[in-house]
Amino acid sequence: MYIPSAYDIGNILLACNMAQGEIVAGCLAPHPPHLVYAENPEQNEPVAEGGWEQLRWGYERLRESLKDVDYDAIVILSPHWQTYVGTHFLGLENFQSLSVDPVFPNLFRYHYDMNVDVDLAKQIHDKAHSAGLAVKMMTNPDFRVDYGTITTGHMFRPEWDKPLVVISSNRSRAYYSVEVMQEMMVELGRVTREAIIESGKKVVVLASNSLSHRHFTTESEIPEDMSKEHITSHAMHLWDMRIIDYMKTGQCQRIIDEMPEFTEQAIAETDGGAFTWLLSTLEVPKYPAILHGYGTIIGTGNAIVEWPVYRYKEA
Amino acid sequence: MSAGEIVESFVVPVHPHTVLAPDLNEGWGKLRQAYDDAAQIIKDSEADLLIIYSTTWPSIIGHQLISDPNPEWVMVDHDFHELGSIHYSFNIDAEFAALWDAESKARGLQSRCVNYRGFPIDVGSVVALTLLNPDNKIPAVIVSSNVYADRSETTVLAKACKEIVRKTGRKAVAITAMSLSNRMFTEHIEPENDRIHSLKDDEWNQKILEFLSAGRLEDVGQLSRTIQQQIRVQKVVNFKPMWWLSAMNDNRNDLTGKVLAYEAIHGAGCAVVNLNPAHSGFGDKEYDEDDVEVFSGERGVLDTINTVETDQSDGPALWEPTEAEGSVNTNSAPKPVGAYPHARKVGDLLYLSGVGPRQPGTNEIPGGPIHDSNGNALNYDIKAQTQAVVDNIARILEEAGSSINNVLDVTSFLIDMDRDFKGYNEVWAETLGKVGPTRTTLAIRALPTPIAVEMKVIASI
Repeated sequence: MYIPSAYDIGNILLACNMAQGEIVAGCLAPHPPHLVYAENPEQNEPVAEGGWEQLRWGYERLRESLKDVDYDAIVILSPHWQTYVGTHFLGLENFQSLSVDPVFPNLFRYHYDMNVDVDLAKQIHDKAHSAGLAVKMMTNPDFRVDYGTITTGHMFRPEWDKPLVVISSNRSRAYYSVEVMQEMMVELGRVTREAIIESGKKVVVLASNSLSHRHFTTESEIPEDMSKEHITSHAMHLWDMRIIDYMKTGQCQRIIDEMPEFTEQAIAETDGGAFTWLLSTLEVPKYPAILHGYGTIIGTGNAIVEWPVYRYKEA
Repeated sequence: MSAGEIVESFVVPVHPHTVLAPDLNEGWGKLRQAYDDAAQIIKDSEADLLIIYSTTWPSIIGHQLISDPNPEWVMVDHDFHELGSIHYSFNIDAEFAALWDAESKARGLQSRCVNYRGFPIDVGSVVALTLLNPDNKIPAVIVSSNVYADRSETTVLAKACKEIVRKTGRKAVAITAMSLSNRMFTEHIEPENDRIHSLKDDEWNQKILEFLSAGRLEDVGQLSRTIQQQIRVQKVVNFKPMWWLSAMNDNRNDLTGKVLAYEAIHGAGCAVVNLNPAHSGFGDKEYDEDDVEVFSGERGVLDTINTVETDQSDGPALWEPTEAEGSVNTNSAPKPVGAYPHARKVGDLLYLSGVGPRQPGTNEIPGGPIHDSNGNALNYDIKAQTQAVVDNIARILEEAGSSINNVLDVTSFLIDMDRDFKGYNEVWAETLGKVGPTRTTLAIRALPTPIAVEMKVIASI
């Protein structure tokens, strides 16, 4: 029988320690295509005269905040890959195509080329499956990645030099209730965290959703005309501010607790589950988040928020 | 050219199984066969246009119409991607789409055409067009389902479409791509285990199909909200296609209906139903909802000027346009403020009554009124008013079988020449100025309603 020496045990422990992955940051990173449109990247066909600067500057601050943080992959849950039969994961190493927003095709026609961390995706998939969640890997090469994932991916890291894990939005809220949706997303968040830790990788997790989500049903002649941009109603504003206050003061459990009311009354895009999933991956933070920006896009409320896990780990 | 008409209507399912996997499940195969039968009915009808209202294309900014003459791409379903890909290359009637778009706008709807390479045609439309028009011989038009639209808006959308069908003399097929009950199984199931998700869903589906097979389309339309509550998962688009399809069929309850197939796809209730305009003899209906021609709901929230509504309580009463030999009147133009027609035809000429910017149905003034009900002056947009005048002129001329291109002579009236001439002249240059009529512009003290511009037009037929 092999009996390891103290030297061997030290090496094993070191290896175990090295293999320990971690979530280095979590972010609320909304995806309205207007932001990419206003940035005028070469990948997007339409040309804008700017617009939505408060949010674009917010993304700048987020990128600046994380520029010295090392990580291997980005995990995104996007409400615009809507699946009704469980939760799906992109399962091929690369996707390239043209993404045209079916709602705002005048603003978003983006040529994307993105790499996927299939191993990590599969690890999360397998853990979710073991936990009893309905899951599926997406391996059809003709599949077009949703514009929510692409917008968040571009605004968060326009270099596209980190592989992504892309998770669909299981519309369990539509089938059941916000409460059931949250149960499933809390569980998905938990196994996502476990898989990341076991993977040995450093990861940023992104929830790609707006807050209040009542749109204008008209568009100004110049879409980026900021004199026309405002929240759709005072009630939506109050809800957004309430949720932001919870984030800034480390009261994320209250967000979970009030999610049913928020989702119903603010018609919030939290119905897609991304926000609950994000908070779960971060173990429902009790420390303050950094608000990098807030603004409206065609009347919807959007906040760019960072939970700087790396700082609290150091502390 | 004889007036156009709806020659057939269909309800068809949206999921890709009928295209990609009809052999994996007996029910999916039956739906595919029904799709093929429907394609034959369409072929036999000698239809020259397919009109698809798809519930799998939700829109936010009003109603969107595909106007790319030949959209091509590869469609992969977000849920059932493992079934494969559908390559499509469709024959779209872009001209019809543009006319429908204009008519929708004229009736108060927010609408726009979509013509971008790579635009993702939705799964419902792809499946329907792939199977109903396999050789692509019949041009098609596809309209989105607005997530915020309710019955009146959806009805007006259909009426705008019907009006263009009528005017262009088309033999059109109206198609709704939709599920009945839409609750799917939320986990993977083997194809052989597919069935309607619940007995309750099945019973409601059977009731809907009983009505449709009796030709009672409007009854189903009036039950839409109830059906939505009973057997529909609250996805982004409600059970509104029946409103659209019913309005496309004049809200009739005496069509000739036939259910070609009813089966489950992953738990959802899927049917292929044919509705022919031949009278079935039923016809009784309890019609308890407004039969709207023009949408006047909440819109224009972006533009504070445009949201100012005309207070008609102090303004002149609106009249029904008068009828006399040669008179031309239309619901697409604002009602007169006296006893006169919109236009009168004499020989090859059309004489239009003075046309202002008020909107048909709503009486709102694009660009805002010039004063409030107390006579306090308001800021207004002369360019928006002038454009609205030109649009109203175009509608009246189209009703008379003419067009804006046939305008010969215009007399314009401005209530503030110093303030407004420049803006008025700019819009003129971009619209009637390109047609080339003679023009006289006069400054006057006031017009009967709180508007800043009016035009008197003579045109040829």
